Amino acid sequence: MHTAGAFTPPARFAVPGRIEVNGRVAGTWQTATLTEIRRETPRASTFRFAVPGWAGHLPGQHLMLRLTAADGYRAQRHYSLASAPDESGHIELTLDRVPDGEVSGWFHTEARPGDEIEVRGPLSGFFAWPGDRPALLLGAGSGVVPLMSMVRHHRARGLTVPLRLLVSARGPEELIYAREFGAETTPVFTRTAPAGTPVGRLTSAHLAPLLAEPPAGGWEAYVCGSNAFAEHASRLLVAAGQPVDRIRIERFG
Amino acid sequence: MNTTRGFTGRPRAARRGLPPGQYDAGDDWPVLSAEVTPEIAPADWTFRVGGLVAEPRTWDLAQARLLPASGYAGDIHCVTGWSKFGVRFGGVSLDAFLDAAGPLPSATHAVAHAHTGYTANLPLADLTGGRAWIVWEYDGEPLAPEHGGPARLVVPHLYFWKSVKWVAGLELLDHDEPGFWEQNGYHARGNPWEEQRYSGD
Repeated sequence: MHTAGAFTPPARFAVPGRIEVNGRVAGTWQTATLTEIRRETPRASTFRFAVPGWAGHLPGQHLMLRLTAADGYRAQRHYSLASAPDESGHIELTLDRVPDGEVSGWFHTEARPGDEIEVRGPLSGFFAWPGDRPALLLGAGSGVVPLMSMVRHHRARGLTVPLRLLVSARGPEELIYAREFGAETTPVFTRTAPAGTPVGRLTSAHLAPLLAEPPAGGWEAYVCGSNAFAEHASRLLVAAGQPVDRIRIERFG
Repeated sequence: MNTTRGFTGRPRAARRGLPPGQYDAGDDWPVLSAEVTPEIAPADWTFRVGGLVAEPRTWDLAQARLLPASGYAGDIHCVTGWSKFGVRFGGVSLDAFLDAAGPLPSATHAVAHAHTGYTANLPLADLTGGRAWIVWEYDGEPLAPEHGGPARLVVPHLYFWKSVKWVAGLELLDHDEPGFWEQNGYHARGNPWEEQRYSGD
C-alpha cells in the first residue's frame, strides 16, 4: 500500500499535535450557565460558567460557543479557555469587547449571572500544553488568555518544569491578569509604562537570555495574539535560535 | 431550542452564499497559520505531484506559469467562522497538473503538503473537475507570504484549512490519510454547507 509517509517534503515537518482530541466530546453542544463576571481591564472581562458535563481540558485548548436569538438565528465563535483544568465543573473565558462585536457585545452589555449559553469542546490539541515540556509563552493583548491557563496550571499543580511568560500590552491598565502574575512573567508595554519601565515592543533582548541557555530538552514556544504580533514574535524566536518545529502559533481571526 | 436571553444578533439581511454558522468578514482576511511563516523565494518554490500517478512530476514557478492560466473568483470560508466574499485568485487549475502526472485508477484521495510540512487530506474528487487551483496571485498581485505565497492550493468549496499555503506537493493515495488539522480533531472533508467543522459533524 502506498502511504503518505513516502512523500518527503522539502522542509521540516509541521509541529505535531500534543494530544489526542476526543471527537465525541468535541461534537456535543452543552449548556453553560454564567455564574460570575469579573472586570479585568477597561476592555476585557472574565466570564465564569458552570458546565456540569465538562469533559476537562488542557491549558491552551479552546471551545466553540453559540448564542441563539428568539427567531432561531445563531452566532458562534471560538474562544480560548482561561481557567486551568480542575474538577470544579466550572470554566472561565476572558473576552475583549470588540467594537460592534455581535457576540462579545452581548457578553459585555447584556450578560448576567444565571444566563445560559451553549458550548462545545474542548477543541484542538495543537496549542495544548500538558505541563510536561519547558514552556516559553509569548502573548499580546487577549492573546495572553490561553497562556494564562498554562501559568495557572503550572502554579496549581506545583509543577517544576520551567515556564516563562512574556506578555505585551499597550499599558499597565490594559494588562489582563496583572495582579496574578508572578516571577515567571515579564510584561512588555508598547505605549505607556510605569515610571522606570521602558516603553516599546517585544525585542530580541527579551528573548536572548532565555534562549541563550535553554532548559534541558529545550523550550516549547507558544505564541498567541494578533497576526502582526504572531509574525513579529515568531521571527524573533527563529532569529534567536528556537527551532521552527517547536513554535506553536495561535492567531486571532 | 436554547434561546439566549437578550441576544438579538446582527440584522438578518444575511448575505446569500453565507454557509451556516459563518459571518461575513468584510474586507478582513484573517491569517490563522499555526506555524512560522516561511520565507520562500519564488525561484525556490516547487510543486510535485506523486504517489499513485503514471509519472511523478515536479514544476518550478516558471514552468507552472507556462500551463494554461486559470483562476478563482468567488467566496472562501474558514472553519473559525469567517467567510470572505468576492476574492480573486490567479494561477492554474489543478487539473492541468494532475493531467500531466496521470492519476492511476486506484487513486481515490490525496494529501496536500506544504513546504513547512503542514498537510491536509482531500478526496481526489474534490481536487478535479475545475474545483481546485494552484494560485500565485491575489487581486492581480503576487500572493503575500502570510497568505501562502509564493503559491498555495485553493479548494474554495471546502473550509479553507484544506487550501494548503506554501503548497509543495500532492500525494495521491488509495485511501484517506488524515492531515494536520484532521489529526487534531477536524473533519475529514470539511464541507462548509454541511458545517463539517469537527470530527463527528
